[in-house]
Amino acid sequence: MDLALLSALNSERAARRACVLVTDTAAGQQRLVKGVDIATDPMAEVLEAALRSGKSGTVEADGKTWFLTVQAPPVRLFVIGAVHVSQALAPMARTAGFDMTVIDPRTAFATPERFADVKLIAEWPQDVLPGLKLDRYTGVACFTHDPKIDDPALEEALAADCFYIGALGSRKTHGRRVERLHAKGFTPEQTARIHAPIGMDIGAVSPAEIAVSVLAEIILSLRKKPLRVDTVKAQENAGAKAGEAA
Amino acid sequence: MLATDEDILAKAEEWRKTGKGVAIATVTETWGSAPRPVGSHLVIDEDGHFLGSVSGGCVEGEVVTEAVDVIGDGKARTLEFGVADEAAWKVGLSCGGRIKVFVEKVN
Repeated sequence: MDLALLSALNSERAARRACVLVTDTAAGQQRLVKGVDIATDPMAEVLEAALRSGKSGTVEADGKTWFLTVQAPPVRLFVIGAVHVSQALAPMARTAGFDMTVIDPRTAFATPERFADVKLIAEWPQDVLPGLKLDRYTGVACFTHDPKIDDPALEEALAADCFYIGALGSRKTHGRRVERLHAKGFTPEQTARIHAPIGMDIGAVSPAEIAVSVLAEIILSLRKKPLRVDTVKAQENAGAKAGEAA
Repeated sequence: MLATDEDILAKAEEWRKTGKGVAIATVTETWGSAPRPVGSHLVIDEDGHFLGSVSGGCVEGEVVTEAVDVIGDGKARTLEFGVADEAAWKVGLSCGGRIKVFVEKVN
């Protein structure tokens, strides 16, 4: 690999841009395809599929065998609320490889003593999230249970199409939350993306157990859900088209 | 803190820029219960220092040895390992997987 190519690969990663390194392992030749250039690449179809799956692997194209090194940006997690569940979640998220930051404007909660070794921002979500440039490789979990703090974060997350958006609260609380978001112009398709009540239903009771259920839901959204959603959407579209024809 | 694949490639760039010979090993195919997924990296410098992993630790030694040769002759090569072979068994890993590793020099 040329050093220039390696440098380009690393700078794409640092800028949180997806790219694929295409290697002819037999000849040892390589090229880097940036995310924005994939659509116009001769190998567009296989590259897009590889990027969607987020997995590196061997593909056959043009009668050759290629190895694709898929570089999807590292996943970030923004947790709104410096609460007990967030304290339990922080070490688990770190172990699982997520880059987690806690945001809470309430300085009594957001203290370094409560969150040693955790990135902590004692500001309002609406003040800091725009500068943090949320994207598809970002997850947002809201734990404050306070609409003044959670809602602005949910609005940012929905607008950025984050891969995971979750919010603590009962179905009733969530119903009112969804109404507020619809009043702000978000569509039912968008608000349906919010996981609420938050976490997989494993009967979690303690803060640590709730943290496990939320982390499991985040991993599910990252690794499996997008594919399932795509499949369901494809089937729905096929069904709708069949309906139009009839 | 565990080194992630991005840290590992950044380290390869850093090492090369200091003038050291560097090779990158990448898992390109796995069969069975291989311990590290396709795309995992191990980077090696000319002195045999390495970062990352291509297996649970059972074939790293051989990959590092080969990588030092790759740094020497500049020729990329693909290595295949049956993780359940005798060498792996000796160091206590008998998962039964097989892996293919592409080793290339950073020019």
